[in-house]
Amino acid sequence: MSTSAVHSLWTNAADPILKIDTPKIEYGQLSPTLIVVGAAIVGVLIEAVVPRKARYYAQVFVSVVALVAAFAAVVALAAGGYATTKSGIAAMGAIAVDGPALFLQGTILLAGLVGLFTFAERRLDPEAHGNRVDSFAAQAASVPGSDSEKAAVKAGFTTTEVFPLLLFAIAGMLIFPAANDLLTLFIALEVLSLPLYLMCALARRKRLMSQEAAVKYFLLGAFASAFTLFGIALLYGYAGSVSYATIAQVVDGTVPDVSPALADTMGNDALLLVGAAMIVMGLLFKVGAVPFHMWTPDVYQGAPTPVTGFMAAATKVAAFGALLRILYVVLPGLRWDWRPVMWGVAIVTMLGGAIVAITQTDIKRLLAYSSIAHAGFILAGVIATTPDGVSSVLFYLAAYSFVTIGAFAVVTLVRDAGGEATHLSKWAGLGRRSPLVAAVFAVFLLAFAGIPLTSGFAGKFAVFKAAAEGGAGPLVVVGVISSAIAAFFYIRVIVLMFFSEPKPEGPTVAVPSPLTMTAIGVGVAVTLVLGVAPQYFLDLANQAGVFVR
Amino acid sequence: MENLIALLIAAPLLGAAVLLCGGRRLDAVGQWIGTLLSFASFAFGVVLFADLLGKDPEQRTLTQHLFSWIQVESFQADVAFRLDQLSMTFVLLITGVGSLIHLYSVGYMEHDERRRRFFGYLNLFLAAMLLLVLADNYLLLYVGWEGVGLASYLLIGFWQHKPSAATAAKKAFLVNRVGDMGLSIAIMLMFLWFGTFAFGPLLGGEGEPGMVGDASEGKLTAIGLMLLLAACGKSAQVPLQSWLGDAMEGPTPVSALIHAATMVTAGVYLIVRSGAIFNAAPDAQLVVTIVGAVTLLFGAIVGCAKDDIKKALAGSTMSQIGYMVLAAGLGPIGYVFAIMHLVTHGFFKAGLFLGAGSVMHGMNDEVDMRKYGGLRKYMPVTFVTFGLGYLAIIGFPGLSGFFSKDKIIEAAFAKGGTEGWILGGCALLGAAITAFYMTRVMLMTFFGEKRWQPDENGNEPHPHESPKVMTIPMIVLAVGSVAAGFLFNWQSSFIHWLEPITGHDHGHAPLSAGVITGATVACMVIGVAIAYGQYGRRPVPAVAPRGSVLTRAARRDLYQDDFNHVVLVRGGEHLTRSLVYVDHTLVDGVVNGTAASVGGLSGRMRRLQNGFVRSYAVSMFGGVAILIAATLLMRAV
Repeated sequence: MSTSAVHSLWTNAADPILKIDTPKIEYGQLSPTLIVVGAAIVGVLIEAVVPRKARYYAQVFVSVVALVAAFAAVVALAAGGYATTKSGIAAMGAIAVDGPALFLQGTILLAGLVGLFTFAERRLDPEAHGNRVDSFAAQAASVPGSDSEKAAVKAGFTTTEVFPLLLFAIAGMLIFPAANDLLTLFIALEVLSLPLYLMCALARRKRLMSQEAAVKYFLLGAFASAFTLFGIALLYGYAGSVSYATIAQVVDGTVPDVSPALADTMGNDALLLVGAAMIVMGLLFKVGAVPFHMWTPDVYQGAPTPVTGFMAAATKVAAFGALLRILYVVLPGLRWDWRPVMWGVAIVTMLGGAIVAITQTDIKRLLAYSSIAHAGFILAGVIATTPDGVSSVLFYLAAYSFVTIGAFAVVTLVRDAGGEATHLSKWAGLGRRSPLVAAVFAVFLLAFAGIPLTSGFAGKFAVFKAAAEGGAGPLVVVGVISSAIAAFFYIRVIVLMFFSEPKPEGPTVAVPSPLTMTAIGVGVAVTLVLGVAPQYFLDLANQAGVFVR
Repeated sequence: MENLIALLIAAPLLGAAVLLCGGRRLDAVGQWIGTLLSFASFAFGVVLFADLLGKDPEQRTLTQHLFSWIQVESFQADVAFRLDQLSMTFVLLITGVGSLIHLYSVGYMEHDERRRRFFGYLNLFLAAMLLLVLADNYLLLYVGWEGVGLASYLLIGFWQHKPSAATAAKKAFLVNRVGDMGLSIAIMLMFLWFGTFAFGPLLGGEGEPGMVGDASEGKLTAIGLMLLLAACGKSAQVPLQSWLGDAMEGPTPVSALIHAATMVTAGVYLIVRSGAIFNAAPDAQLVVTIVGAVTLLFGAIVGCAKDDIKKALAGSTMSQIGYMVLAAGLGPIGYVFAIMHLVTHGFFKAGLFLGAGSVMHGMNDEVDMRKYGGLRKYMPVTFVTFGLGYLAIIGFPGLSGFFSKDKIIEAAFAKGGTEGWILGGCALLGAAITAFYMTRVMLMTFFGEKRWQPDENGNEPHPHESPKVMTIPMIVLAVGSVAAGFLFNWQSSFIHWLEPITGHDHGHAPLSAGVITGATVACMVIGVAIAYGQYGRRPVPAVAPRGSVLTRAARRDLYQDDFNHVVLVRGGEHLTRSLVYVDHTLVDGVVNGTAASVGGLSGRMRRLQNGFVRSYAVSMFGGVAILIAATLLMRAV
């Protein structure tokens, strides 16, 4: 159904009602998303019909199968040439199936799978009343500290709903970077955001803080979504369409037929500029760019750590994918307008994230600010507006997401009586007590800092190179300065772990199940492989770097 | 036959490796392993020498390419060796004298617990020195150059329990670094300007002109001066001479081998080897002759005042190398004589040092000549061999020093012009002083009344002749001291031998050879006579008299250390202190200030994160307003 048809419905009432064509859906090309959505619905049904004891296993099974199957579908599509020669638009223009989309979907699915492992971990907390417990509240609806909460704990309840929620979020993230019109983009945004808000509120320990974080995230997310929606409306007013391709044509002035009903407003550049700025703002909120970053530390700290890890990795991948598509497909004709603005955003994001991180005392907040700084580095690659820019961003996102999930997974291991010991002072001397865990965390920190032989270096080098070649030399200088500042606090944690005396009542390192071990192991492996031999993956990202229009 | 060249180096290198890695198991036989491998290397040298003699004079350059060492684009360094008449001469000197000194050390170091290590170092030195003279390019030569520096350092400080030895080793190492910088800069300049540092393409040879033939004189002067700096460091020439006297802290065989016969002549080798460069750079040559002339007088004066027998000989070494450097600076007139004097000096100076060692061996390691006296009766073999070496060094007619030194003096006059007169005059004066200080050493040690006293423990030295293992090398060297000069001059054999490599020119002597020879002999006689008047006819005081200003200055090595201390050490300390100050205040200030301001900024920015959603929302609203405004502004401008 074309948009002009909709208009004619209520502008020319005399016309006969137009016949609505049966939408043509390419189920094969949409299969990754459909599998995940289907599994999420199955997960909801499991909650409804499966006995409580069996739900955990059923949910984990369904989720793992769904994510693996979806990833296999992505690989099959890529192998079938949909990333390159056969890339195109599916679902009546709503979804793009092309290289960047498939690459990012693959990354999100893998990150989601690894994240799922940390969600399913049930060995870290001591058993409560003979029941194994995970990181999530026994019963989310019960008031913290109330009798009903105690009863729920005693009954051994667990919030197995997190698994379908996770799948819904992943489904939204899969659509987000592939959305090819603004409405789909917005729906994907909401589909990925709402489960995240919920999951943020589900921490088993420090529930009030968790709920506070969720409310903050929800309020600010809603605020940002409102701007995005407003921007979509303005762009629609400008172009008479929500389709990326059509808007791009209007921007370029090559639109084939102008509807008379829109002729007055169409091509009004004020609408275009304000609308574009608002949509971009919504995406910058999701990636956590300054000055739309303020939710990040609070939410990262309050959310259950597995959720934080998943959110930090996958949301960033999805949001940057959407941002890339908006800037490269919808607004390339406008790049002389948006590039200087994005320059400013990238600079304040890199510097702001790195500088404020210096004085953090909580490991989760530290990693939150680090993720802000990394958003700035990735933005530098986005600004390059070259094919290399796209592929370097894709590579960076893949590298970064595994480091992030791995790092947060390590955070879940270091515990004291109150649950996770996230205050930095408690990490002093960890290297003496648990050399392996400290060494693994050190690898992740070095990757964050961009030290050679880690994926962080390869990624940072790729985006900075692309940025410099794209004419953003000063941005690279700022990026390197920020990296230097950032290196300080990463290294400081390493020094703290290895060269400080352990505290007598320091935290213990819990021995996790193979699930978390897998998550951490995959993180280390990807970090080292992408760091030592990045070329294959850079080539892969390079092949996947062309957007379909 | 070329393949034998690597074996020359491999034999002592193997010895060094075996002895230094072998551990205590080899303590009992270590000295013999080292000596055997040294003699093996000498045997290879003799075989190669015979081979070379069998070839035409123009065909006597053998090369061996072992492997490609470094290859980066046009930077190519090979491990390749070149054996020609010049390096052959050195090989025979190094391995021959070296083997004799190994043998001597077997006796001399008999009671030393760390003997195995000593022989390991000696072998290491031989390998490095052979590498130095056999290298086919300057970079490989540099490896040998540093190798001998290392071996020298290890051997000077061999008795490391003595603080003086440890300090002397450090001093030698540091002073040598200055010279080494010169060599490395010279190599860098060669690569920069010519793109290579291999001898063949650079210096030419076998009738082919090398690249230096087309180069500007300025470049060659620069390279030449840097090479001279290197030579000054290694050969203890003014101004880098200060380490040699202190180096006598090492065991006496080391002084004989390294600090008299071989290593200290590496500078002369470097200059003669680089003759093509110096020939085309007359200014650099002039500086070389000046350095040589100054040093030959400097060393001789210092040698006159020293009471320590080894330090007197060290001054003499410095002075004799000054002669060689002077000759090398004269160009084709002098190259052959520089090398000839180098070889004869290798014989008689090694012999003199071994004699001194023999004396010390018999005198409980006493080195003060004022406590010797009349030793000829107690140590006849040492007396005779030392005496022959003495006659050789002062240039007694017919002995080897006479032939080689006389030729250098002739060549100096043959330089022509005022320079020729000045240089020749210096060389003549040096010959007189040489005769004086050597006669002084001879008289104070072997003649007069015995002056030794019991030490504080009541042990009186019992001078005695050294064992055969020590005297045989001394006898062999004494034979060399006597005969070498005559053999070399027989039908100008040495000139013909070296001429294809170094070239030879007779120059235009303003005086006939007979007159110069007569003057040389006259100077020698005057020197001997003065010394006899002072030390032969009068008893030698057991405690040194205060002496004249010049004597006191000479005792302090003409204030060379004081000069170095005031100018270099103090200056360096002041420079360091001011740099440290700048580092602390300026550099650290900027760094710490930046860190502090970033930290402060962080603290302030952190306060924006107050936890209230309303504040966050306001900041987002402000952000989007700025975003929109900026976008519109971009379009407006």
